Amino acid sequence: MQGKEYIGLSHVSGPIIVVEGITGVGFDEMVEVTDPTGEVRIGRVLEISEDLAVIQVFGGTRGLAISSTRVRFVGRPLELEVSRDMIGRVFNGLGEPIDGIPKPFATQRMNINGVPINPTSREYPRDFIQTGISTIDCLNTLVRGQKLPIFSGSGMPHNLLARQIVRQAKLVGGEENEEFVVVFAAMGIKHDDAEFFRRGFEETGALNNVVMFLNLADDPSIERLITPRCALTVAEYLAFYEGIHVLVILTDMTNYAEALREIASAREEVPSRKGYPGYMYSDLASLYERTGRIQGATGSVTQLPILSMPNDDINHPIPDLTGYITEGQIVLSREINSKGIYPPVNVPRSLSRLMKDGIGENKTRPDHPNLQSQLYAAYANVQSVRSLASVIGEEELSEIDRNYLQFGEHFEQEFIGQKPDEDRSIEETLDIGWQVLSYLPETELHRVSEDEIAQFYVSASS
Amino acid sequence: MAEREGIIYRINGPVIEARRVIGIYMGDMVEVGNERLIAETISLEDDRATIQVYEDTSGLQPGEMVYGTGLPLAVELGPGLMSQTFDGIQRPLELIQEKAGSFIQRGVKVPALDREKKWHFKPIAKVNDEAEANTILGTVQETELIEHRILVPPDVKGRITHVAEEGEYTIEDTIAKVMTKNDERELPMYHQWPVRAKRSSVGRLNPSIPLLTGQRVLDFLFPLARGGVAAIPGGFGTGKTMLQHSLAKWCNAEIIIYIGCGERGNEMTQVLEEFPELIDPNSDHPLMERTILIANTSNMPVTARESSIYTGITIGEYYRDMGYHVAIMADSTSRWAEALREISGRLEEMPAEEGYPAYLASRLAEFYERAGRFRLDKDREASLSLVGAVSPPGGDFSEPVTQHTRRFIRCFWGLDSELAGARHFPAISWTDSYSEYISDIAEWWDENFETSWSKLRTDIMEILQDEQRLQQVVKLVGPDALPDAQRLTLETARLIKEAFLQQSALSEEDAYCSAGKQLGMANIIMHFHERAIGIIERGAPIFTITELDIVQDIMRMKTRIPNDNLDEFDTLMEGINYQMDVLEEKYR
Repeated sequence: MQGKEYIGLSHVSGPIIVVEGITGVGFDEMVEVTDPTGEVRIGRVLEISEDLAVIQVFGGTRGLAISSTRVRFVGRPLELEVSRDMIGRVFNGLGEPIDGIPKPFATQRMNINGVPINPTSREYPRDFIQTGISTIDCLNTLVRGQKLPIFSGSGMPHNLLARQIVRQAKLVGGEENEEFVVVFAAMGIKHDDAEFFRRGFEETGALNNVVMFLNLADDPSIERLITPRCALTVAEYLAFYEGIHVLVILTDMTNYAEALREIASAREEVPSRKGYPGYMYSDLASLYERTGRIQGATGSVTQLPILSMPNDDINHPIPDLTGYITEGQIVLSREINSKGIYPPVNVPRSLSRLMKDGIGENKTRPDHPNLQSQLYAAYANVQSVRSLASVIGEEELSEIDRNYLQFGEHFEQEFIGQKPDEDRSIEETLDIGWQVLSYLPETELHRVSEDEIAQFYVSASS
Repeated sequence: MAEREGIIYRINGPVIEARRVIGIYMGDMVEVGNERLIAETISLEDDRATIQVYEDTSGLQPGEMVYGTGLPLAVELGPGLMSQTFDGIQRPLELIQEKAGSFIQRGVKVPALDREKKWHFKPIAKVNDEAEANTILGTVQETELIEHRILVPPDVKGRITHVAEEGEYTIEDTIAKVMTKNDERELPMYHQWPVRAKRSSVGRLNPSIPLLTGQRVLDFLFPLARGGVAAIPGGFGTGKTMLQHSLAKWCNAEIIIYIGCGERGNEMTQVLEEFPELIDPNSDHPLMERTILIANTSNMPVTARESSIYTGITIGEYYRDMGYHVAIMADSTSRWAEALREISGRLEEMPAEEGYPAYLASRLAEFYERAGRFRLDKDREASLSLVGAVSPPGGDFSEPVTQHTRRFIRCFWGLDSELAGARHFPAISWTDSYSEYISDIAEWWDENFETSWSKLRTDIMEILQDEQRLQQVVKLVGPDALPDAQRLTLETARLIKEAFLQQSALSEEDAYCSAGKQLGMANIIMHFHERAIGIIERGAPIFTITELDIVQDIMRMKTRIPNDNLDEFDTLMEGINYQMDVLEEKYR
């Protein structure tokens, strides 16, 4: 046995315990807490002084006794044993197998907190990933090594969308034998949702290419702080040591942030907005920034975090801070959803910051950059025409404005809307884009070039 | 115990407390623990010191030692800074990569400036010259573009007793000796300067020369002066970083320092990949030759994020003292303020607004006041301009960082999420933004161009404001209910927005727009407007104007007319006049 063991606690409150009379313990060290029944829980040193350690216990503190609890300091930070054999396995939120098969043989132990990538060692992501979803491929293009979250709300089909992306995502023109693995981390989601993903992976035979970490809604909430870190540690290992392209799905980040708030308030820290700790930006960044490509490594880590916006409020601290860290966001809209359109993407609010280098000539199609800009501009105008129409009535609108309304309908139904199993190639997507633009007269198209109009534009009125 | 030491008592993230401390000063740079992590003292009480550590503290144990250095946290200033990428405490990231691989491990010690490299030194100062702060001893060609002037450090004053001959030297070789009041000082090519102290700021001048950015909405409507301060607040996705990149690429400063403070790693990589390829339109050299990057991404230690701003500005002041026009882009100052808040929270200080410490405003003031335009001597001028991005939570400009920043800047470039949603970039709101430099720099435009910038600017702003008012009416009754003269205002406003204010950072022709082209474009639009007023007054319906072919030509002039062929504006002008003449004839 490694490390020093102490018996007895001086304080237990919420997820936090305090141990006194210790020596030789380091900050951020991993702790094993054994309760009177012999069950072992994992913890981490949050704060340490000469003779006292404040420890956060991931399994919760219920059942711990002041006198008979044993605390063992392991002498190293929380680490995860990683290996290629983890692919196809299911783990709990702390990285222990729960599929009834023994623990995979470890190739390496890695600190779950990760180490920042040196910005000079990164390689700028510019490989287009085709998801087969028009609103993403054309308007908010995903590239390898990007972190692109889905901002959703309760009752919206973000899980369906995430599953569709996982099923359909592929690199166009990539090498044949590239390996692709999904790392799936569930934080506090319902059993049904976890089952929905598992079944989805199973149906497509993708389950053999998935590493799952499940912390479900009834699992200890503090464990959620560890779950995404385990997932990202495996992802980094597979990407940078094994040369695999990894897509990480983290769901639901809102539950993660709430666990963070729970710890902060248990420690009586000074809160910032809505009771969330002031360091939430840094903490979220320590997860989201573990994405990207590294010069000389073949693999990549792409992140697709899902978060539900409390009360659909995009200015809530969780989506707000996330948006400042991630490279864009796919926002789902309740309004579009209630029109029965899937996927209900809120086009004006969605964004992909890395798309400009992943699209256009030799990547997708030369007309892509201007076409997407034109679609955005035209759809933005639809919104203002609609609000005008609601005041003065559609009959009073000018000819052009009526064209915009028509364009808006077709854009939403034909371009945004598609079936949950419809896999559109990028050419199909762009062609549909030109098709819906045909409802506008040529004089309204300022963002596309004259050559592109000549090549692709067909007026609907002619 | 040795002279400057203490023992770690408590560790709370990046903040530690040491006890039984001897000989450690306030603001002292200290080394912590067995790995000698870099840290700084931020408070002292009896024999207890509170220390913030610039590296990850995992595994650090109470009982380990802290060692004082007797020096404040400082940066090294000398040849070798240019084209480098440093982290928040001036560690060279490329060398760290060579030494430690793709991930930033802690405890890696690499000096900021290369000690081995030989530089070709050409002396300027002579023996028996008087030397004081910033006297130029000689020069070194740092990059093809930048001549590095070796300066006498600010704390040295006296008579020069020795200057090295022209030749190859490392930065540690003595290149001059100065007899000061007390002793003879040997001066190598570099010196150290504490990051938190400003270098001298005597000889302040009024900023009256524009810092041209090549961005029409900025240069034309809300101009910044050389030595001025501007803030770019905007919610996420409104294009702060894209705009900062555009400024770093195209503004006509001689030196650019780009501070990535708590931002994305991939964005820094983008700069690193793009800048060596891009050619500066003002000097015809790769942009990287005039650029220094400070990269402290959001997952790097929060304490180093706090210091990155100071590291950047101190290097900026150093080049300013050489006589250069320096521009600093800080992206984002909100992350810096949040770092202050995080550290303040760990110190259990009493918070003011939204958890920020009460000294937030004074720290912001200190930072922005380090900018300015200066007279160095009778024929040399230099400036330090500052552009700080602000990331207000939820895009709400009433939050403390935006509000306090507003008090200390004179140029406010507010980004609007609605414009960004319509992909109108740069998404600078013409209603929220302002510049206090307009009257100061009008003279410069008048001296350099025949067409009046001030008049065009006022006319354009008037139309945009009229449009705002008319849109309120349109929302209620629809555009058809307006008289044709007012509908013309809407049409011209549309031209101003789409043909003039919108500018694509990705378009080769349009990413940078010279001052002459800006004037030409504005002139065309206003001329079109004036001719159209005349025709509408004769009773011509509005559609006769909007259906003119020339409107499409105006829409496309930004990409069709290159920066170096402004004569094409004359052709366009003739086109307008011809088509308007025909119309006029019809409604005579």
